[in-house]
Formats: sequence, C-alpha cells, structure tokens
Amino acid sequence: MLEIRSLRKVYGGHGRQVEALGDVTLTVPEGQFVCVVGPSGCGKTTLLRCLGGLLAPTSGEVEVAGQPVTGPPDGLAIVFQEYGRSLFPWLRVAENIELPLKSKGVGRAERRRIVDESLTAVGLGDAAKAYPWQLSGGMQQRVAIARAIAFQPKVLLMDEPFAAVDAQTRADLEDLARTVWQRFGMTVLFVTHDIDEAVYLGQRVVMLSASPTRVLEDLDIDLPDKRDQLATRSGTRFAELRSHVYSRIQEAKIARPGS
Amino acid sequence: MSRALGRAGLLLGLPVILLVTWWFASAGSKSFYQPPLETIIKVFPATWTAARFRSDVLPSLGRLFLGYGLAVLLGIVLGVLIGAHRRLRALVEPLLEFLRAIPPPVLVPILILVAGLGDPTKVLVIVSGGIWPVLLNTVEGVRGVDQVLADTCRTYRICGWLRMRTFILRAASPQIVVGARQALSISIIMMVIGELLGATNGLGYTVVQFQRGFEIPEMWSGVFVLGLLGVLLSLAFTLVERRVLSWYHGVRAAERSGR
Repeated sequence: MLEIRSLRKVYGGHGRQVEALGDVTLTVPEGQFVCVVGPSGCGKTTLLRCLGGLLAPTSGEVEVAGQPVTGPPDGLAIVFQEYGRSLFPWLRVAENIELPLKSKGVGRAERRRIVDESLTAVGLGDAAKAYPWQLSGGMQQRVAIARAIAFQPKVLLMDEPFAAVDAQTRADLEDLARTVWQRFGMTVLFVTHDIDEAVYLGQRVVMLSASPTRVLEDLDIDLPDKRDQLATRSGTRFAELRSHVYSRIQEAKIARPGS
Repeated sequence: MSRALGRAGLLLGLPVILLVTWWFASAGSKSFYQPPLETIIKVFPATWTAARFRSDVLPSLGRLFLGYGLAVLLGIVLGVLIGAHRRLRALVEPLLEFLRAIPPPVLVPILILVAGLGDPTKVLVIVSGGIWPVLLNTVEGVRGVDQVLADTCRTYRICGWLRMRTFILRAASPQIVVGARQALSISIIMMVIGELLGATNGLGYTVVQFQRGFEIPEMWSGVFVLGLLGVLLSLAFTLVERRVLSWYHGVRAAERSGR
C-alpha cells in the first residue's frame, strides 16, 4: 500500500544544507498499523509530509496504492499534531467534518449521515454544533480523527497526534486509534516519539536513526490483537519489546550526538 | 439590568458632561461664530427637515455606501490576489507603499480633472481613500494564513472557490475587518471632501453653503449631523463585526482562559 524507496530529503537555504532524510526504504502492506519512532528531530514529520504529498523529496520514490506521489494522493487522510491549528475555528464541529466531503461532491443527506457516524465512532455524538475552541484538546483531536474517518481514506497518516494532550486523554485516544483502525480497516502510519505508544499501538514498529535518517530496525510486534492499557502494558512481552526499542533508539542517539 | 445601566452610563457619561459644559459655557455668548448651544439646537429641527434629508443626506449616504462598498470589495479582491502570490507581492509592494503614502485628498483635483464634477468622481474620491487600509490588511491577512490549515486543505482536496470562501477569506477576516473599519472613517472624510469641492448637494455641500451664507448655528448643526452619522455607522459596523468575527473572539477568549 505504501512504498518508500531510497527517500532522501535535503533542506537547503542560505548556504546551509540540512539532510533531514538520508536514505529511507519502507514498505507497508494494505491494512497494517505501523508505528514509526525515532529520536526527536530525526525527520519523522518530513517522512510523513513526503508520503502525504505535501513535500517533494530530493530523491527517491514514494508510492501510495501503486501510484507515485506528486501531490496529495487519493484516499489519504492526515491527522496533524497541532489539533488547534488543523480544525477551522470558524466552522462548527459538524461543518469541519463535512467540508472534505463537500469538496468530494457527496450529497447533503449522505454527508449528514457520514458526519453523524464518524462523530459517534469517536465518541462525540453530541458535539456536532460546538465550535472546536469550545472543546478540550483531546476532544479537538477526536474531531480531527472523525474528519479523517469521514473522508473514508485507504491510508491514514498520523503525525504525533497525541503528543500535546494529557496522559489520561492520551491513553483513551490511543485505544480510539486502534478501534478506528480495526473497524474501518485502513492502512495506518503512526509517527510518534513515544516508545511505549509505538509498541502499544503498532503491529510493527519502524525505528529511525538520527539524521541523516535511515531505517534502523523494522520490528514486528507480536502482542495479541486485543490490547488493553493495563494488561498489555504490564505484560512481560511488552516490557521486552519496549526495552529493545528503547535501547536501539538510545544507540541511535549516542551514535550521532548533537544531532 | 444595573450592569446595562452602568454600561450606558459609561458610554454616554462623557458626551453628556461635555454637552452640559458647552451649554453653560456658551450660554451668554455674543460671538457671531460661536453661538450658544441653545441656538444651535433650536435651529436643528427647522434645518434638518425631511426634505433636507431627501435632498442632501440621502445623496451623501448613497455615495458613501457605493464608494465604501467598492473600496472594500476592490481591496479584498486585489488583496487576496497580491497576498496569495509571492512574486506579484514582491512586484507591487513598493508601488503600493508609494500610493498609500499619497494623502488621498490631493487626488481630488486630479480626479475632478479626469472624471469631471459628477457623482462618479465623488464615488471615486471615496474609493481612492478607502481602498488602502482594506487592501494592505487583506494582503497581510492572506499572507499570514495558518500553514497547518493550508496543509489540511491540500490533504482533503479543498480547493477553488470552496477553499477561497471557507479558508482564505475566513482566515484573513480578522485583518480584513480591521482594514474595513479604518476605511469606514476615511470614507466619511472623503465623502465630505468630495462634496466641499464643486458639489450641488450633500452634507459637506450643505455645511459649506451655511458657512458661506453666514448661517452659523445651521452650520454647527450640520457638523453635529456628520458626527452623529459617524457614530451610527460605527455602531452598525460593530454589530456586523460581532457576527462575522464571533468565532475569533471565542478563540481569543478560549486562549486567555488557558485551554
């Protein structure tokens, strides 16, 4: 579903060049939930923006559903980290979710049905008429997820979506991400700097090195499909996987100090 | 109830005090040019009759609304164009700075030369003064749209007129409103200036006629009418602004309460 081959991105300007992505190759089969972790500043967001067609790579290829990415690809939705800035503050919650459907040309009755369904799916059935800024951060991110679901994407990219919410809300949202994925069956690429979150959520965890970034390790997460904040996180296998990922990321940091 | 009274008191307090002071200070005035306030108020009903409203106030208002409307419309259209295209902006910005620096009243003789003494010239005079704050503020507003929202639009394929009307114009609206408010007071000034020079009716014309005919109390009453007109239009503007920018004030309030 997602094909990334020898992706390289160099930011230039004012005589100083920053190599955000060195050489990243990664394949995600359809329907998989993949988490991408790496030390901060390792180009995770750059990777995601290249996938989403928001940024042109310096070299290498990106394909979504067999189509090379030149602009935002069909059937791809993104949940951004900055929930406060990705929802339109002048539109009510329902209108925010409805807007991409309008540009898709979905009829009014169908739009209303999809909006209701996606709001219910994220547990915000009664917030349709509120404005985003009347909601808490966690609820705003739920709205952003509902908007992504309503778009009915084949691929869902999530860019550190829960980095800015408090710990308890975060746990709820993590479970919501899993539920949504299981229910709608899209391919999910979830970028995070939180190792626990990556191991808890993913079927697979892709570890990135510090910049210039390449794939450090691609690890299958052999935890049962049904995950639970308490039981899963206190299990021995979770602890093993977590410490493994943790030590690899630490190595990556030490290998290139200061970057 | 008492709060409303308090607010009304604050709003009207100073004007009432000033009027009362004026009343008593000018009570025994023998000066021809500064008649007692009592005299000015006495001539008011006889001066500002329904016939006078039809012959002078309405034409003035017509020109004002037309000129102001055109200034706002043109300012927004050009501002969006210039704000959205970096190259165009670099090209025209020095020119805009130059044009803005010219005091609009000096354009009046030129406009009269070019377009004659009729109503179109008077409307043009208003446009030539009112367009700048709208134009420059719109450019700033469009240039400063949120990048995450722009990415959101690209990802969800929100483009064309839908993007213009639900994203660009709304995102720039706080700035546009600031410009439109400045433009309103400038437009009133330009309306009067246009009517001082070679008009056959209108508020500015009337005031000058009274002055030339040494009808000093009547002249003062005309100044009053102009002041009141300004206050009423400003009030109307505030009402519209509250509707258009209710989301903006909501966001600001939410930010202040630290959500």
